[in-house]
Order: sequence, then C-alpha cells, then structure tokens
Amino acid sequence: MSAIEGLETAHHHADEHAHHHEAQSFWQKYIFCEDHKVIAKQYLITGILWAVIGITMSVIFRIQLGLPDSNLSWLKPILGGWISDAGKLDPNFYLALVTMHGTIMVFFVLTAGLSGTFSNFLIPLQVGARDMASGFMNMLSYWFFFLASVIMFASLFLQQGPAAGGWVIYPPLSALPQAHPGSGMGMTLWLASMAFFIVSQLLGGINYITTVINLRTRGMSFDRLPLTIWSFLITAVLGLISFPVLLSSVLLLIFDRHFGTSFYLSDIYINGEALPNVGGSPILFQHLFWFLGHPEVYIVLLPALGITSEVIATNSRKPIFGYRAMIASMLGIAFLAFIVWAHHMFVTGMNPFLGSVFMFLTLIIAVPSAVKGFNYITTLWKGNIVFTPGMLFSIGLVSLFVSGGLTGIILGNSALDIQLHDTYFVVAHFHLVMGAASAFGLFAGVYHWFPKMFGRMMNTSLGQAHFWLTFIGIYLVFIPMHYVGIAGFPRRYYQFTSYDFTHKFMDMNMFISIAAIFTFLAQFIFLWNFFYSIFKGRKAPQNPWRSNTLEWTAPIVPGHGNWEGEIPAVYRWSYDYSKPGAKEDFIPQNIPYSQTPESNFPHENELIATEKVIESQNFNDQFKTHH
Amino acid sequence: MYIIIALVALVFIVLTGVVISRLQGVLKSINKTDSEEVETSGNKFNGAMFIVVLLIGAVAITWSYLHSREFFLPEASSVHGRRTDDLFWFSMGILTIPFIIVNFLVFFFSWKYQFKKGHRATFYPENHKLELIWTIIPAIVMALLVFTGWKAWSDITAEAPRDAEVIEITGKQFNWIARYGGVDNNKLGDYNYKLIDAQNEVGIDLSDENSFDDFTNPSEMHIPVGRPVLLKIRARDVLHSVFIPHMRVKMDAVPGMPTKFWFVPDKTTADMRAETGNPKFDYEIACTEVCGQGHFSMKMRLIVDDEATYKKWVSEQATFLSTYPEYLAKVPENLKAKAMKYVPAEAATPAADSSATSAGGAGASSSLR
Repeated sequence: MSAIEGLETAHHHADEHAHHHEAQSFWQKYIFCEDHKVIAKQYLITGILWAVIGITMSVIFRIQLGLPDSNLSWLKPILGGWISDAGKLDPNFYLALVTMHGTIMVFFVLTAGLSGTFSNFLIPLQVGARDMASGFMNMLSYWFFFLASVIMFASLFLQQGPAAGGWVIYPPLSALPQAHPGSGMGMTLWLASMAFFIVSQLLGGINYITTVINLRTRGMSFDRLPLTIWSFLITAVLGLISFPVLLSSVLLLIFDRHFGTSFYLSDIYINGEALPNVGGSPILFQHLFWFLGHPEVYIVLLPALGITSEVIATNSRKPIFGYRAMIASMLGIAFLAFIVWAHHMFVTGMNPFLGSVFMFLTLIIAVPSAVKGFNYITTLWKGNIVFTPGMLFSIGLVSLFVSGGLTGIILGNSALDIQLHDTYFVVAHFHLVMGAASAFGLFAGVYHWFPKMFGRMMNTSLGQAHFWLTFIGIYLVFIPMHYVGIAGFPRRYYQFTSYDFTHKFMDMNMFISIAAIFTFLAQFIFLWNFFYSIFKGRKAPQNPWRSNTLEWTAPIVPGHGNWEGEIPAVYRWSYDYSKPGAKEDFIPQNIPYSQTPESNFPHENELIATEKVIESQNFNDQFKTHH
Repeated sequence: MYIIIALVALVFIVLTGVVISRLQGVLKSINKTDSEEVETSGNKFNGAMFIVVLLIGAVAITWSYLHSREFFLPEASSVHGRRTDDLFWFSMGILTIPFIIVNFLVFFFSWKYQFKKGHRATFYPENHKLELIWTIIPAIVMALLVFTGWKAWSDITAEAPRDAEVIEITGKQFNWIARYGGVDNNKLGDYNYKLIDAQNEVGIDLSDENSFDDFTNPSEMHIPVGRPVLLKIRARDVLHSVFIPHMRVKMDAVPGMPTKFWFVPDKTTADMRAETGNPKFDYEIACTEVCGQGHFSMKMRLIVDDEATYKKWVSEQATFLSTYPEYLAKVPENLKAKAMKYVPAEAATPAADSSATSAGGAGASSSLR
C-alpha cells in the first residue's frame, strides 16, 4: 500500500518537475499552493493575525479587571452594544472575551501558528526532502484551518456574542442555550470551527509523521535528526492520538445540543423547566476534553522546546548537551502527557483514589522536564554565546519554562489543588509555562528562520529590544498574578467587588493590567520588524547563524524542491559546533568525516568507510526517480 | 503602587530609548558587505542586561513577596486547612531552591559565556553521570512531595465521620441554597429535580417523611464549630463549584452527580472577628466554576456558630412545610398525619381530624431509619 502510494507520489512530483519551469499562476503560487514553504508562511501570517486579535482581547479584559472604574466608551466603535452607555463592559461579553482569548491563543496561535509553521517549514528542509509526503494534503490542512478561522472569526460578530463558557466549554453551560447567550449560535460556530480545525491538524500531523519517517535524505538516520525534527515528530504523534478524542467529545456535545441526546446532561432544571435528559454525565465531557487538553499543552510546548534546542546549540556554538537524554525526555513527557489528564479534575467529585494516582503520575513529569532544563543550562555553560534575537528568546524560554513549571508541582499536588484550583495561581502557572514559553519558542523560530523564509534579515537591535521588553513584561504580569492566586482570587470573575475576601490587591491587579498593556505594546516592535523586513530587510547571507543543519545548504531563497541538483547527503549529527581541532567552529551535517580528519574522534574515523554507501543511496529524492 | 508603576514605566522608556539610540549605529552600518564573521551586534549590552535583570528581578520578587504577604492564604479556619497551608509553604520553600538556582545559572551563564572574539566554546556533548544526578535528585524530591501530598489528600477525602453535621448545598444560576435535615430527626429528605418549582427550589420530595422537618435558606449557611461538617453538594442547572476560601474547601457542584466535602471548622465567626480585628468579618461561599453572567457574584454568607448558638438557630428555623403549607397536598395519605406536625395550625385545619396521631409519629419516623 505504502509502496504504491510512494510510487504515485514520486510520479506526481516527477510530473511537477517536468513542468517545473512553467510560471505558476498567482493562485497556484501563493494561495492554493502545495509547497511546504508557502504553506508554512500562510500558517505563520494567519497565526500572527490571530495573535493580534487574541492578545487584544486579553488587554480589554485586563482593563476591566485592573482598572474597573475606567470608561470604555472609546471602544464603542469596535464593540458597539457590548459597552454600556456608562462605558462599562458587558459581563456576558467579558466571559466571551476570556473564552475566545483562550481558544484563539491555544489552538489558532500556539498550535496552528507554531507547530503548523515550523513543522511545515523545517521538516522537509532539515531532513532533506523535496517537499512534504503529500503536498495536496498539506494544502488541505491549511485550508481547513482557514475555514475554521473564518467560522471562528464570524462568530465574533454575532448579536448574541461568541462562545462564552471558558475555552474548556464545559457542559451543561455550553450545551444549554438558555443558560447563557454565548451558548447559542456562538457555541454552534465554535464547535463547527473546532471540528474543521481538528481535521486540519490530523491532515497536517499525518504528513509530518510520514515525511520524517519516509523522506529523510541518505545518511539522515534517526540519531542524526536535529532535535527540532524530533520534537515535531513527537508533537504530531501526540496530536494524532489526542485530537480525535476532542473531535468525539465535540460531536457528542453537538448531539446533545441539537439531537436531544443525554451524553453530558442529567437532572437539569433551568428557566422554570425540568429537562427530560437523564443519565448523562458532565464529568464525561471533562475526561474526554482533558484527554486532548493535557497532551495539547505539550503539543504547544514541545515544538517550542525543539526550536530552543536548535537555537541554543547554534548560538552557544556548542553541541546540545545530552542529545539522547533530550530525545528520551521528550518521549517521556509525551508518554506521560496521556496519563495525567485528570489532574485538571481533582475537585470535580472524581473518586479520590483516582486523584492520588493522577497526582503521582503528574509529579513524575517534573523529572524529564528537569532534565531538559538542566541540559539547556549545561549547553550554555562554557559556550561562546551570540545574543541573536532568536537566542535571547530561547534563553528566555528556559527561564519561563522552569519558573512556570515549578508552580505546576504545587498544582499537581491534589491536596494543595483544593485551594488553588481555578484561581489566578493556575492562570499564572499555565501562562508562564505554556503560553509565554511557547510564544517565546515561536518568536525564537521566527527570528532564527526568517532569513530562510524570506531571504532577508530581521533587524537585530529591534529584535533585542522586543525581547527585553517582552521578557520583563511577562514576568511583571505573571509573578504578581501568582500572589493574587495565593490570596484565593477565582478566575473568570467579571469583577472582584462582590466578596470581602477579594476586597484587596486592587493595586496589584492594576499593576498586572498596566504591565500587560506595556507588554502588548512591545509586540508592535515585532510586527513592524517582521513586516518591514519581509520587503526591506537586509539581504540574508547563505548561512547567517553559521549553523549545521541542512536548510542552510539550500539556496538562500529555496525554490520548488528546495535544492537545485541533488539533495545533500548527511554524514554526521547536527551539533558539531566548536569541535576540537576543526578549522571553523561549526561543521555542517553534509560534510563527510573524510574531509575533516583533523577533528574526527576515533569512532568517527571508522564511519568514513560507510560514506561510500551513504553516497550511493538515493531512495527518497522524488525528482531523481524520474531521471 | 502608582510610584512603582511610574518606575516600571520609566525603566521601559529608558530601555526603549537606549535601544533606539543603539539602533542608529546599526542602521548606519547596514550597507556593509556581508562577511562570513558572526553577527554580534549588541552582544555586550545584552550580556550586561542579563545581570541587571537578574539583580533587579531578585530584589523586585523579594520586595513584592514581602509586600503582599499579608494577603496570602487568608487565615485558615479549618483543621485540614492549616495542614494544606503548611504543606503549601513547605512545597513552595523547596521549589524556591531550584527556581533560584536555575534562573541564576541561566542568567549568569548567559553573561559569563557571552561571545568573545577568538574564543572557542568547549565541546561537551554529554556526561552520563551528570544526567543521572539530575534525574535522580528531582525524582527523590518529587517522591517526598507526592508522599506528603498523598497523605493529606487521602485524609481530607476519607469518609466523613458518622457524627458529622450533614448540610446540603445546591448551586443554581446565580445563588446557593442550603438545606438542613431539620429540627427533629436531623435527616435530609429525598429530592428529585422534577419536583423543583418556584417555591420548592431544591426539589424536596415530600413523599419521604424525613423531608417534613427540612428547612432551606437561600442567603446564609450556619455551621457548628469544632465538629465535622459534611457538605452534600448538588447543582440544578449547570456546573458550579463550592469555594469557601477560609475553610480551604472547594468541590464542584455537578447536575446529576451529587458530590461531597467534609471539614472541621474550628473558629467561629466571632473568633475570626476578634482575631482579624474586623467587626464586619464574614466567611463567604463563592463559585469557582464558570456558570454564566452572574458567576462573579454567587455569594452566600457562612456563619460558624458555637454549638449552643447553632442548636438554637436550627430550632428557630421554619420548616419548608410550615412556610408553604400548600405542599401538604403532595404528602401521601398514610404520612399526612406525621406531616401535620410541621404545618401551622390554621393551615392544617382541613386535615385536623388525623392530627391526633401526629405526636407519636415523629418519634416513629426517626426510628425507621
């Protein structure tokens, strides 16, 4: 089966190659394009647009929380009726804002924008393939994502407002339109959008996995893969296993909403009416949701860690410390990610014994995470660190990942979670470890691979300014937010005036909001730098960061098929930086050991004998099979 | 606080200024030819920034922690609450150590090993011993934390003692309703969500004789101090979550799946008023599972009484049947006599003929269970 498909793909590409020099129409080249590099840029630009929307939402509700007396009438031109005549934000719209902020940032920005961009862009270029295994499926993947985006975007303009039950959309609130205005059409569109989004993720994920396994260039064994590719591969596997579960939970919710089933509904009396549904369980939804929801955290985070590994090694001019341990810890995290989901549910009334089991499994995750943290630090140790913006963001990621991860050990402890569950402590924790850390991975990736994407350089100084303002801003927002959480402030509260126990920390909340606005404003440095550099940036050199991976051997602006002539063969791992005896402080992967006798270790000299074999293989070049 | 915000704003502005002025230099050299040399613009500046941010960050975190400490974890008023508080600070204390070490190393190494021309990094790809060390040490620390957490968790979630005061709390959009087992038999009657209506807000099933002396309260809950209180938690429309910050109690209210949480309050409201010096202090019950528009204000007052005051308060409450005598119609014929006792005399006249047997009825009904 796969052989036949392989032949077909080969044939398909060979055909394309034959027509290679025909000019493609605008539509083929930029819109319905099957080239992984264009699709990656489509994902990136869409992700950036979504990020602007998502972060703007957070600023609006931060103003509500931190500066509750402010008059928001100036937002009337955009938000219209959601701002009352007195200039106050509507409480229903507040819930819609937090819901959409979560949905957009988790799924559309940090899943599609991060993994979609860099898996697409880097997998073929770093494993040495002409393109993805199926360019057509890859194109479909983006356009399903686009469709999901359009639907979600449209839901923002509904009279009743978009979905508003929190990004976790727990039923019965999300299942009953009479319970909240956001549970009407807004939720219908949310569910439809997510269904398409999941299809998009599955199409993409299958492609990533297939490409990494089948289309590696000659010599690119698994133990020579850059850690970026390892992280994308593991991420894709996680997504492939967990997203279908989300789809099933979404489908069952759609059934409950529209076809009168009772999967999640039981014993409900609402609006003067006892509903006929009995026997369902809202907890079932939570189990299904978090079976995706927890791996999703790692779907978001692992690509960022992969990018960081690559960027830190390159710019420390050192091999990544503990390459195999890094892979092992990623595999460990990925495996554990599937068996810890119920730590989101300690206080749902779940059997306490299950709580103990999930607490135990959750705290184990700290071990591989600690290994990764220490390995990054050791990579920095005795390096020769160049502070490119990408490097700065990678270093920042390590700090955020560790700082945010540590509070996870508190929350993973079910006894402590009783008090802290659904407070701002949780919000601060996951924003640091998953939100900010992954966003830093995204920034690091953009700064690092921008030259390869657009053939131009981004401005370094602006990048460095962007880093410091963002990094300091993130800590200014989220460290105080822990304090607010320890004081017991519940999340998703429109305002804190109703209770005596939240009648404090007014100034702290104001501080958080102002810091958030600062951080938000700092992002415009990035936006300007990004879009300006696409058109006016300095022309990129062949290998601006003096990096070892294969993408820098391709032309500065790679065309269709990535490499002119043959795909390079690979003879060594991607981390030969500052090798003792070598002339330069880096040796790219495509340099055979026979050319570097001065720096070879004894076991590497033995590998020289295998180079002839590697050289003569050429299974995977789709262009080659045609000739 | 305004001063701090102004200071932070100043730092941001200065930082932006510094960067823009540096940028001028970079823009001037923008046309220089591409060299094979590494780009290291701003390297010294960024290296120094790591040390500056590390130092200022350490001061800022310490200061802000001390400054806001008074508001952390409001005074615990339950036995298990003080235990989880201790555990929380113990865990935080342990975790502060890696927090400081890791952040120090990341920032310090970044500064120390910044690019120097002609210098070469050390080729140091692996060391199994080191990796074994930092796999095993976190594993041991985790084992310790898991063990202490597990002990506390299993004690807290153990079955409630038999003598626990049982109180039902039901969440709805957007308030809580407390129901007590009553003045006589102290047993909660059955309920059924299909019996809910405007008066019978929690769906008390009056065909169960235990429900005759039940009473409800939609605005405040009283509990006795010094003995276990078992909350039976229900929701009647969407998910809610009972959160009593001072008691360290939190448990979701799930439609169709009753949940529970028990705890031992050991400070009365009066005690806390004296202790905090705030004569208006009140315990509060909040909702922590998003439930719609009024989620942020689903408040119920919680009053912790000493035993005598609590008993007195309970005995003064009007039972549901006495407040709404028309519900007598829902009581099955054979139990009408027992129910009569809880119905005010004037409302009870239609069924007065059977009231003779009601005196012994209450005693009999409590011995049935």
